[in-house]
Amino acid sequence: MQTVSLNSVGMTLDACIKCNICTSYCPVSEVTDSFPGPKYAAPQSERFREIGLPLSEAAADPNSGAPGAGHSPDASVDYCSGCRVCNEVCPTGVRIAEINARARARMVATQGLSLRNRLLGRNELMGRAGSFAPGLANFILHNPLSRRLAAVLFGVAAKAPLPRWHHETLNRWLARTRAQRLRSERKVVYFHGCATQYYEPFVGIAAILVLEHLGYEVVVPPQNCCGLPMLSNGEFGAAEGYHRRNVASLADYVRAGYPILGTSTSCTLTLKEEAPELLDLEDDAGSQSLKFATWDIFEWLRDGLDQGQLPSDLRPLNRTEQPFILPYHAPCQLRAHRIGKPALDVLARIPGLDLRESHARCCGIAGTYGYKTEKYQIAMDVGAELFDYVAAQAEESDSVAAGSVSFTACDSETCRWQLEHGTGLPSLHPIELLAASYGLYDLQARRPADGN
Amino acid sequence: MKRMQTEILVIGGGATGAGVAWDAALRGFRTVLVEKRDLTHGTTGRYHGLLHSGARYVLKDVDSAVECNSENRILRRTHTHCIEDTGGFFVVTPEDEDDYPDRFAAACRRLNIPCTEIPTVSALRREPLLNPRISRVFELADAAADSFLATHATAQAARQAGALLLPYHEVTGLHLSGGDGNRAVSGATVLDAVSGENLRIEADLVINAAGAWSGKVAALAGIDVRMILGKGVMLATNRRLTNTVINRCKMPSDGDILVPIHTVSVIGTTDEQVADPENLPIEQWEVDLMLTEGDKLVPGLSSCRILRAWAGVRPLYQEPPTPEEPAHSRNASRSTQLHEQESPQESRDATRALALLDHQQRDGVSGFLTITGGKWTTFRLMAESAVDAACAQLSVSRPCRTAETTVPGVEQGHYWLGHRLNEIEEEELQTELICECELVTRSMLEGAAQRNPTVTLDDLRRDVRLGMGPCQGGFCTYRAVGILHEMRAADNPPVAGEWEVAHMQSPAHHHNDGSVAEDADNSPASSPSHTLVPNAPQRSAAIDPQAELSEPNLLLRDFLQERWKGVTPILWGQQLRQERLDELIYLSILNADHLPVDDRESPLSSFYRSNS
Repeated sequence: MQTVSLNSVGMTLDACIKCNICTSYCPVSEVTDSFPGPKYAAPQSERFREIGLPLSEAAADPNSGAPGAGHSPDASVDYCSGCRVCNEVCPTGVRIAEINARARARMVATQGLSLRNRLLGRNELMGRAGSFAPGLANFILHNPLSRRLAAVLFGVAAKAPLPRWHHETLNRWLARTRAQRLRSERKVVYFHGCATQYYEPFVGIAAILVLEHLGYEVVVPPQNCCGLPMLSNGEFGAAEGYHRRNVASLADYVRAGYPILGTSTSCTLTLKEEAPELLDLEDDAGSQSLKFATWDIFEWLRDGLDQGQLPSDLRPLNRTEQPFILPYHAPCQLRAHRIGKPALDVLARIPGLDLRESHARCCGIAGTYGYKTEKYQIAMDVGAELFDYVAAQAEESDSVAAGSVSFTACDSETCRWQLEHGTGLPSLHPIELLAASYGLYDLQARRPADGN
Repeated sequence: MKRMQTEILVIGGGATGAGVAWDAALRGFRTVLVEKRDLTHGTTGRYHGLLHSGARYVLKDVDSAVECNSENRILRRTHTHCIEDTGGFFVVTPEDEDDYPDRFAAACRRLNIPCTEIPTVSALRREPLLNPRISRVFELADAAADSFLATHATAQAARQAGALLLPYHEVTGLHLSGGDGNRAVSGATVLDAVSGENLRIEADLVINAAGAWSGKVAALAGIDVRMILGKGVMLATNRRLTNTVINRCKMPSDGDILVPIHTVSVIGTTDEQVADPENLPIEQWEVDLMLTEGDKLVPGLSSCRILRAWAGVRPLYQEPPTPEEPAHSRNASRSTQLHEQESPQESRDATRALALLDHQQRDGVSGFLTITGGKWTTFRLMAESAVDAACAQLSVSRPCRTAETTVPGVEQGHYWLGHRLNEIEEEELQTELICECELVTRSMLEGAAQRNPTVTLDDLRRDVRLGMGPCQGGFCTYRAVGILHEMRAADNPPVAGEWEVAHMQSPAHHHNDGSVAEDADNSPASSPSHTLVPNAPQRSAAIDPQAELSEPNLLLRDFLQERWKGVTPILWGQQLRQERLDELIYLSILNADHLPVDDRESPLSSFYRSNS
């Protein structure tokens, strides 16, 4: 059940002036007829959805005989990828993507949730399960037969870029290297997110190395999934449980004034805004304190840069004289932070780095969206704008003098996997580049420069 | 002059008039209805949409309470699809007097009006935006009613029973015959507002159901009917704030009703006595009062986007007490109590019970009845009383059948908010939308324009809700004008047969239906014929062949002006921003204020020019 107040995101539909700017920018409705567009789905359709449904048993019970009982009036809203490009371009501040997310949650509340979407929402569980035997898990998940089975049985697209378990979780690396970790009076908290914990611990390692290089002790308290995959799949009740547990486990650090830094722009966005907003927790003190304590790591680093606190021992990433050309995509979830593009601001300090910003609207994957069989092609079509951009940079740079493109960079994990899937190039988190530039990290091997 | 002969002539195409025509036709009378504008143009089309349970009047106006209670049950059967079964809450806010709720509940019990007190927590769970400081909540059978659709459905039922309905026909004179003592009304002369031609209608009996205009109509027969015209101002919010009708549990007063109707919530009303039903200015204090009072029901309502303000006028009537009481008709068939009271000075205090004036008994003029007073909720009962009296005057005995007869479309069940969106989704009609705010498809618009007299775009608004959403015509006006122009230029032959109004608000039905009426067989073969049957829809095909160029311009200008009229009283905040965009579209891009219209006027022109 959703609570409703005049502060709920749904109420922002009052600001819509029907201008259609959102529809003209929407990357999804541009490539598919399944999604009629953000204006139609959010401010327009929301007027035809009853406030707070399903609040009465009659409305939720398909057998009640009440007209419209048991079903939401519209299903096409489920084709919103939640990329939030609409929010970004809306001149009047309608929370379009959030209205859609709540509409989807109402659908789930009345119609139930598919097993596939329940599983996609539980990536923490999946991550943990696989991490006990990563090799076996990778074999089970990544062989063509099981991918085909997963497609047929669950509707998980066979070609979609599922991540691989890393042989060592971030927590195990932390335990193994405990003696080498910096102790300091200056402390920050690191929120790693599920992907870093199980699939890409090297992103977390790079972040920890950079923060320690700055002289901070990095505290990694127990934490769980931020809840976004569940929010995106309309499973609000479970998401609220996850969010409240994070609020509780981080509360002491928040009170102590430690910044909560994250490398996953989607996790940090959830802590900052998505969870409190979608779950109507704007009046929840713990949730609000966490919201204001949470930073995207580059947002925080840029602050340090502005105050002259960032060490300036940045070295070129290439040993040769060639510029290091790096196509960079600011993911939708980062843009939703409305903090500019802090990774670009900081990476611009790396000598010899030729940053190329994509300006593509979305890579298409949008969290769990592109993993669904019925949405895989939509996600790839949306991402084409970005893939083409990367290809153009690579082509342009063929001449020996201009250097080569061997990586892309992006702040969000699923976007990086989609980028790799769409371009064939490895995609890095910007923090890996910064760590490498400080000489702390090996970009090719994606591990600490000292081999640990 | 064209002539026509009928048994019963009904004046007024609101809920009551349509109801009278339906009732009379069902009883086998040859019936003609004339309305000076479009159906529901008057009070019917400007009310908040509340189907009363009767509870509102249990302590103030017992007759009306009883009437509403029984009619509420009947209309749920006869007009099911025009009603959304929202239920109603009567809530006690901190400002409301202490003993009223108990007296209220007792009166409901006494009058057999089902009333259940429910815990405030469950009320707040159902309606999360409701004032959390309410202390008591009573649940009643109030509901929301679509008065446009209901009147159209009643009108179609009347047509199916053989009645002829003539919108845009204004009565200019009543025919009086006989001298002192045996004067009689024998018909009327009406002006076809579209063609400019006069039509003479002979009738055995004329029923004046002109609502707030009843006094003016009666005056044409030299009869003095002093209506108490109670202007009510209402505001619509941009979206629903509750899904239940909310009433304050107190003596009926200003701004104490919040009705969820279609996509909006309507807060109403004021009650100010006015002299002229055409002149209904909306005062700033009235808007302010609605917002202040609205905040007491839904705190923060005043900061929500307000789409529009409008005013309707109640056709209240209270027989002045006179010494020669026996010479006058009774106020209403079962009204007795209020007769002993002083004639009310304020319209708020005037009874809402129906008033049937038999002018033979009252004024010595036979062949003429006036049916007025009442509520929208009691329109069927008003019609029944009027036609009962007509039977008595015509010395026939034919029982009323409307309470047991359903109008076309009831098989759809009660209306629900998501109905249009659901059909758009299931039929994948998203690209067909003309009015995006209210989800009006091209085929809905064309269906309505082809089969219902469409003189102005405002007529289409009443048919399919064109332009009633947030942008108030900003994006649909130019589209609709283009479609109408195209239809007229194509010189399509008028569609044969009845306009199937049962699904006039259904996107899917129109789409499947194509543009061909397959309901010609709806008219019973036995339908009584009239001397002259003008083809009403035909007039919409070509209003004036001389004005091909100015016609679409006129449609555009007048609809924009009409929409603008309702926006000006609430022009702030979000709606101001919307109007600024609409202004840029129409004035800056389309130069709409300089469109050549050849000084032509539509019936809508005078409406938006009047200070109402």
